[in-house]
Amino acid sequence: MTDYNFAYLDEQTKRMIRRAILKGLAVPGYQVPFASREMPMPYGWGTGGVQVSAAVMTARDVFKVIDQGADDTTNAVSIRRFFERTAGVATTEATSAASVIQTRHRIPEEPLSEDQILVYQVPIPEPLRFLEPSEVETRKMHSLEDYGLMHVKLYEDISAHGAIATAYAYPVKVEGRYVMDPSPIPKFDNPKMEMSAIQLFGAGREQRIYALPPYTQVVSLDFDDYPFEASKADHACGLCGATESYLDELIVDDAGNRMFMCSDTDYCEGRRRAGHVGAQGVPLEQEGAA
Amino acid sequence: MDHASLAGGFTNPPHQSANAFRAVMQAMARPGTIHDLDGAVPPAPLSVAAGTVIMTLCDPETGVHLAGQYDVPEVRDWITFHTGAPLVNANAASFVVGTWDAIPIDILALGTPEYPDRSATVIVETPEIMTSGATLRGPGIKGTAALNLPEIKAFQRNALLFPLGLDFMFTSGAQIAALPRSTKVS
Repeated sequence: MTDYNFAYLDEQTKRMIRRAILKGLAVPGYQVPFASREMPMPYGWGTGGVQVSAAVMTARDVFKVIDQGADDTTNAVSIRRFFERTAGVATTEATSAASVIQTRHRIPEEPLSEDQILVYQVPIPEPLRFLEPSEVETRKMHSLEDYGLMHVKLYEDISAHGAIATAYAYPVKVEGRYVMDPSPIPKFDNPKMEMSAIQLFGAGREQRIYALPPYTQVVSLDFDDYPFEASKADHACGLCGATESYLDELIVDDAGNRMFMCSDTDYCEGRRRAGHVGAQGVPLEQEGAA
Repeated sequence: MDHASLAGGFTNPPHQSANAFRAVMQAMARPGTIHDLDGAVPPAPLSVAAGTVIMTLCDPETGVHLAGQYDVPEVRDWITFHTGAPLVNANAASFVVGTWDAIPIDILALGTPEYPDRSATVIVETPEIMTSGATLRGPGIKGTAALNLPEIKAFQRNALLFPLGLDFMFTSGAQIAALPRSTKVS
């Protein structure tokens, strides 16, 4: 562990990231440019989130990583190990036990507390990028609060599909000023973004950091006659029976049978431990015996 | 430069700066809350909290301006030795340190419409920080918060400039509170 500086990054890099985080918190939803470093993992594997986590982490933190809600996928496991090795921090899979949570594409089901920090991995931080490829132009659009193009896009969704078809990375407006990409979380998670924890967003390849202080107003864009709806699959979790959690659809055998289950593995396991059993599930203690 | 300026830095920079940053970040994310902040032992008149902010955030990339009675050789030497930050005029500074009366608030960098982050952070040395006085509303605050501010008008004007504007940290002894530009003061 002593082969690395605490949390891998050198101190000058951390200072630069920390200054960007503070400016991000002062101007919620605005993307602060930062000098993203090469990390010992490829772009797309959460290098932005890892750099933000490294800059906020202290030795006392308990660190959790989720990838699409799961603690046990490759991306989550490798980032957790990275910080076990380079920062010596404790890690956990329990949402409530974590002080810093790095996430790819989900917000935990369990509400976060004031003592927690949620760090998002962001692939494309610019919500206008697919509408306007030029950074010079999108920066100008943000400065002029010119978001008409985004509303046209949502309107075209309605005219083509009869509803707003955007299901993830659904754009939000922060404190009535900046339109922000919430990272590719399902729109089901958008209402959770008004929370008590600090939310930090890191985009490594795109070299941007942005932030939401606690209790910041975050409004999903919509129209009066087509209001925003935080939708999910209309099923209950097959394992734990939860009806209020976001579900993944999995093909479970060669015959093409499907099962819906909680995307948040810690939430699902917690419910199963408490005795909840879904239609296709077995009680937790019998698992593996069958 | 005398030997005194060589002392008083972090003894364990990675851990002390990590702990210090968490306090600073919590202060900035939750306007009107007071946080303990120590680690550095700066020369007078710099407070422990202000010295620790400088040690945590300043380096050769950030110009620092010392206002009024803070512009003394002991402080200049200490900052130069420990951080390498250039000491600059107020209008070019990323960080400004001083008492409220001495800080030339009107000439500090406010950022640009396209890069509002390129604005000064103002460290205001304060006799005492209390959660009473002006009422604060905005991001980071559930309902309202309160903080004793040196005046109200200047902070109202600053909030009107949003997304441009200055971000303030108030330091006293080993404590810090903050007031970003997003906070509405009344």
